[in-house]
Amino acid sequence: MRFFFHLGRYFILIYKSFSKPEKVKIYFRQIINEIDFIGIESLGIIAIISVFMGAVVVIHTAFSLESPWLPLYYISYAARKSVILEFSSTVISLILAGKVGSRIASEIGTMRVTEQIDAMEIMGVNSAAYLIFPKIVAAVFIFPFLMILSMFIAIFGGYAAGVYGELLTATDFFAGLRLDFDTFEVTYSTIKMAFYGFVITSIPAYHGYYAYGGALDVGRASTRAVVYTSIAILIINYVVTQILLT
Amino acid sequence: MIEVRNISKSFADNKVLNNVSTTFEQGQTSLIIGRSGSGKTVLIKCIVGLHNVDEGEVIFDNRVFTDMAFREKKEIRKEIGMLFQGGALFDSMTTEENVVFPLNMFTDMSYEEKLERVNFCLKRVNMENANDLYPSELSGGMKKRVAIARAIALNPKYLFCDEPNSGLDPMTAIVIDNLIKEITDEYNITTIVNTHDMNSVMRISDKIIFIHEGNKWWEGTKDEILHTDNKEINDFVFSLEFIRKLKKEQE
Repeated sequence: MRFFFHLGRYFILIYKSFSKPEKVKIYFRQIINEIDFIGIESLGIIAIISVFMGAVVVIHTAFSLESPWLPLYYISYAARKSVILEFSSTVISLILAGKVGSRIASEIGTMRVTEQIDAMEIMGVNSAAYLIFPKIVAAVFIFPFLMILSMFIAIFGGYAAGVYGELLTATDFFAGLRLDFDTFEVTYSTIKMAFYGFVITSIPAYHGYYAYGGALDVGRASTRAVVYTSIAILIINYVVTQILLT
Repeated sequence: MIEVRNISKSFADNKVLNNVSTTFEQGQTSLIIGRSGSGKTVLIKCIVGLHNVDEGEVIFDNRVFTDMAFREKKEIRKEIGMLFQGGALFDSMTTEENVVFPLNMFTDMSYEEKLERVNFCLKRVNMENANDLYPSELSGGMKKRVAIARAIALNPKYLFCDEPNSGLDPMTAIVIDNLIKEITDEYNITTIVNTHDMNSVMRISDKIIFIHEGNKWWEGTKDEILHTDNKEINDFVFSLEFIRKLKKEQE
């Protein structure tokens, strides 16, 4: 029963967040700020994770395909598939669930326990819309760009590990990248990323918005937010993959 | 004028307010007093609509607030200013941005007009040189003053203050009390202050409502409170030495 209580309250909060804004201009400015906080400030961690993960994927694939009968370009082919289909969307989103999700939950949770949200409500401001709507819009918009960037960086990492590690030649690497390339794979990941953007902002916002008590409770809300967001990402990954790839 | 008619509020099985009725007159500073946990804060939050009442009505100048839809309530809330216990300033904004926030949300004023209004409000609370400071750079008293500036930015008809003196030294508490009283008189607004500070009661109250165990126990003026026979009020009021002396002097 508790699950349905939270699910119902979550959807009510989302509905409240998408109600008519008081001033469109202010919300637009908030969206730009959130794109900076959620997207641009995550570039560093995404770049570091992508370059190393790309390199490791190529080394793993080379290790697994160690057969004289298999052409070497299958290494980069398999690495490309892993990066585009799964790694740059789902794995990066799990990282962002920790980084962005905990920040959103603790920011909104702190505003709740220090009565800043009450202050907004008293003024007549729709606090849910002001605090949550710009975050959701910003994430749904910017996350696919982060994913594309992650793909390029991961492939660069794979190139560096594969070619400079003498696992395959540059010619084989690029031949594998181009082999049987289907743009739908990128579209599929972009669709997933938009869904991930929604849950990575809305679930932590929910946990923060209904936080109560003090610092300890905000910390708990933040932890819960990351756990539930990660579970939601895995469920969405399965459902979208089932719908789009079968 | 704000009328509160027979309001009750429970949290699970705990009845926090029981059939409370009173009125708060325009141009007066009304103080809600009582011991910690008596239901003062819940009463003030029920009046402003942060808690929904279980029973009863809250009426703002003949407009029944408790019966209103969300959008109608928003219109009334634009007429309300509130000073929270900790100030509740927005951490991520400077003093100036905090005060300009309600103006940005609800007015079509130009940037220059808004800045003029912000500077006027900050000057009114003696914070004229603090425009660029963040709440983390302000002392407790300064935060409260900026919160008052934000509360009066939209020229409210009603001002609510939840324990405005908590955590302040006696001198700063006097400054905040005087500011609340001056603003009430200057703008002829309906001010409700929730406190358990008897210094404030004797200094700024026009009317006092004593809440005890969720019930309205007593209401009257500061002169009347010194001479009431009610045991609960006497226990609360005369717990301070200076009030006992004041009463003796009067007698």
